[in-house]
Amino acid sequence: MDALMLDGNAVAGMLQQVFAIEMTTALGTCRECGATDVMGATRVFRGAGIVMRCGRCNYPLVTIGKGDESVWIGFPGLRTLEVRLGDAETAMRAE
Amino acid sequence: MAGTAVLGRLTWQVADVIEVASETPRVKTIVFDAPNWTGHRAGQHVDIRLTAEDGYRAERSYSIASAPDGTRIELTVERLDDGEVSPYLTEELRPGDQIELRGPVGGYFVWEPSRNAPVLLVGGGSGVVPLMAMIRARAAAGADIDMRLLFSSRSWEDVIYRDELGHLEGSGLRVIHTLTRSQPPSWTGYARRVDGAMLADIAPSPSAKPRVYVCGPTPFVEAVATALVRIGHDAGAIRTERFGPTGG
Amino acid sequence: MPIISRGFRGRRTEGDSARVPPGQYLTPDFPVLSAGPTPHTPLERWDFQITGEIDEPRRWTWEDFRALPSEGVTVDIHCVTKWSKLDTIWRGVSVDTLLDGIETSAEYVVEYSDGGYTTNLPLEDVTGGKAWVVFEYDGEPLEPEHGGPARMLVPHLYFWKSAKWVRALRLLATDEPGFWEVNGYHNYGDPWREQRYWGD
Repeated sequence: MDALMLDGNAVAGMLQQVFAIEMTTALGTCRECGATDVMGATRVFRGAGIVMRCGRCNYPLVTIGKGDESVWIGFPGLRTLEVRLGDAETAMRAE
Repeated sequence: MAGTAVLGRLTWQVADVIEVASETPRVKTIVFDAPNWTGHRAGQHVDIRLTAEDGYRAERSYSIASAPDGTRIELTVERLDDGEVSPYLTEELRPGDQIELRGPVGGYFVWEPSRNAPVLLVGGGSGVVPLMAMIRARAAAGADIDMRLLFSSRSWEDVIYRDELGHLEGSGLRVIHTLTRSQPPSWTGYARRVDGAMLADIAPSPSAKPRVYVCGPTPFVEAVATALVRIGHDAGAIRTERFGPTGG
Repeated sequence: MPIISRGFRGRRTEGDSARVPPGQYLTPDFPVLSAGPTPHTPLERWDFQITGEIDEPRRWTWEDFRALPSEGVTVDIHCVTKWSKLDTIWRGVSVDTLLDGIETSAEYVVEYSDGGYTTNLPLEDVTGGKAWVVFEYDGEPLEPEHGGPARMLVPHLYFWKSAKWVRALRLLATDEPGFWEVNGYHNYGDPWREQRYWGD
């Protein structure tokens, strides 16, 4: 256990800005071990970029590099992502 | 206006500082007005971005302390001695200043008064902030749902929101303090770190299927979550928010 | 247009700007940045290997490794996350020493770390006095959170090319992009040309 470890909700703002959906409640399936859990429960590390790791097997699911002009998002271990339409609409609706 | 509302949730917006108030010697609450704010849910946070004159930028995330209240948002920030942003927010920022923020963020660590299950909140130090938003939202809704806060602080002087928590207790809200470093002379409460025995005393029974929210420094959250699972709570019902360095 | 935060400076220090690559800021601290949890390999189980396109793989136990000639080096380091730190002091074994006597046609290297991290470079970027496997920082044994017991030090490139918890170098005929290089980061990483991401 590392003091640097954070939850997936630590990167939620940036991902929501990029994908325009609520990411922390989206369900991700790990390519390595098959575990499915909300992205908010991933273990987040900060290195040269951000790494979101599977809560069960620690495999890197998503990587994020923040440049000035672009955000580089890699999906080394995210096999599938399920976004409930209710969540997408919540993020996108006008109030 | 519809276009503005959507933009407000996804991009950086400017907020005005209305007030800066002391909670404890190291902790301040900053009140903002964000004209493009579209509302939030208790437990969510904002990302804050500061830009120096030469373009240098720092970003941090802070939990929203206030219950939803139009365009008004409160953040409660602890000054970290070696911090880069917290000393600025707690010592330099003054009414009339502007900052950029993005949010509200986070659907994972939220609680809404419409939910019926009993609630256990476990906070370590400034980890109480998003939990306080939940307590305030419950009070604003006039709800009487069983909600218990187990709050770990170093000393009585360091207890954030101490008086307000005292006033809000009752009508189904219980506040249990544990003071880990020093206690006032007549203290009869807990005087140690949160552990399985303390949680077993305080928490609703696992059979009541409570919703559990744990927030604070990462080691605290890890220890509490592990202890809760050991005394029979469902890991899937425990939501965590770990405060580590969140600089971007 | 971003607004300027009145009175905000951040925790930066002044320094010799000729030594600070474009887009970087000097820091007095040594931020701890990691792509994953800190491994804790006991020294009795630790080894370092050279493998790949060579006649015979090489392997050192911790005792063997520490018996090799080492040197103190003082270098500037530059992280892709924009902080730079000048005059950092290390002690380690030059990669030239580790490769001494090895014949190879390999042109590339991959660094392998405990925990699965990898990063790639041209072989010529770790030879000729440009790279070390270091075990001391600032006169003290390298702490686990900073890559101890031993990490790579390749100061002329962004610091993600200096793998923490390094355990092996594999020599290859063809380039094999590593963890960050596969996920959008620049394949070479020269801070003086600001090669942070693909397309830079």
